Amino acid sequence: MSDINSRGYTNPDKLVSTDWVAANLNEAGIRIIESNEDPLLYPSGHIPGAVEVDWVKDLNDPLRRDYLDKSGFEALASRIGITSETTVVFYGDKSNWWATYALWVFELFGHSNAKVMDGGRLKWAEEGRELTREKPSISPTSYSAPERDDSQIRAFRDGVLAHIQDHGQLVDVRSPGEYTGEKLHMEGYPQEGAVRGGHIPGADNVPWSRAANEDGTFKTAAELRAIYLDEIGLNPEQPTVAYCRIGERSSHTWFVLRNLLGFSDVRNYDGSWTEWGNSVGLPIEK
Amino acid sequence: MPGYPPKLQDYLDDFGFISTRDERIDFLIAISDDFEPVPASVATKPYEEAQRVIGCESEAFVWAIDRPDGTLDFHFDVLNPQGLSAMAMCAILDQSCSGAPLEQVAAINGEVVFTFFGKDISMGKGRGLTEIINAVVYAANQRLARL
Repeated sequence: MSDINSRGYTNPDKLVSTDWVAANLNEAGIRIIESNEDPLLYPSGHIPGAVEVDWVKDLNDPLRRDYLDKSGFEALASRIGITSETTVVFYGDKSNWWATYALWVFELFGHSNAKVMDGGRLKWAEEGRELTREKPSISPTSYSAPERDDSQIRAFRDGVLAHIQDHGQLVDVRSPGEYTGEKLHMEGYPQEGAVRGGHIPGADNVPWSRAANEDGTFKTAAELRAIYLDEIGLNPEQPTVAYCRIGERSSHTWFVLRNLLGFSDVRNYDGSWTEWGNSVGLPIEK
Repeated sequence: MPGYPPKLQDYLDDFGFISTRDERIDFLIAISDDFEPVPASVATKPYEEAQRVIGCESEAFVWAIDRPDGTLDFHFDVLNPQGLSAMAMCAILDQSCSGAPLEQVAAINGEVVFTFFGKDISMGKGRGLTEIINAVVYAANQRLARL
């Protein structure tokens, strides 16, 4: 894959290469963070010095369907040894889908000094780079976080309803089968987490993985523009909402639209289909 | 009730004693270390799509080979090198279902996934792992139907 700076991204600083990570492993002020779907991966071997942020136990409120609050984020930041000045670099499995999810949550707390390691865990491993089972010894830090700000990059149900009534831009990043609702009726899939199958009216379907190459790296800006601008006609200057099933896959697309293509107002609807498809009175399309 | 294959029941009992997430993870990683992909005598890449576990994002494949005693030998592969959970699931099924009475294999409920992996795994992962079990159960039922 080409050098990140040559790919034409709006904000190439949000991505770092595996070479960059390898060269900065021991730099003060940088924290490498692994976030995966599969909880076995980090303990089985991770980048030396990397800490784990788990999407279930670290990022979600255990009792409400919501993310952790200010005090929870401060406790997490302390545990992983970061301050508000620390550059955090996320990487993980599934072409960094969970890494972008964690990054998105960190940005809800204003920790915008956050980057993603291009290609994620798979690229690091396939390059034969070191993985260790040794957990780093972290000195707890003091982190004073602002209240979580859901107003800029997060979308809620009522906002999405108003958005579609205004014919706003909406990207459904699930698989085509989920988008059409066909999957709810497949044998062996008695529940898909929602009562109804289909999509939010007006949404275009671009599965999140189309933004990634086979090796998990992000496609070039020209390739991404061909998908999101030319193919489905998104306008980077118009408000855009991305959603999937619970907001994890759509955080990958959110990252692409906002940071790589420079969309000015893009939000991740984390309620996504598990909320929309189960809600009374909301319209759907098949 | 035919019960479960004894080795599978042993695993379920062992996991029932686990009290912490870290213990569970360490146990599963140890099991995944025992995963052995399908031998070349049974299948070589590229595999037949008929052997693919639909719904498993770790790209698991399952083979069921007749044994002279009427039971089945199960073999697995997981193409995603990061599919450790899938490898652990396949290792458990390989060790516990190969040569086990078909009625016991056919009786396995996919819900055992949550005994092994806990209830906080993602919906996608839970579904993929359950589908590996379903593939094994399906093969056992198919074999029973031929008896």
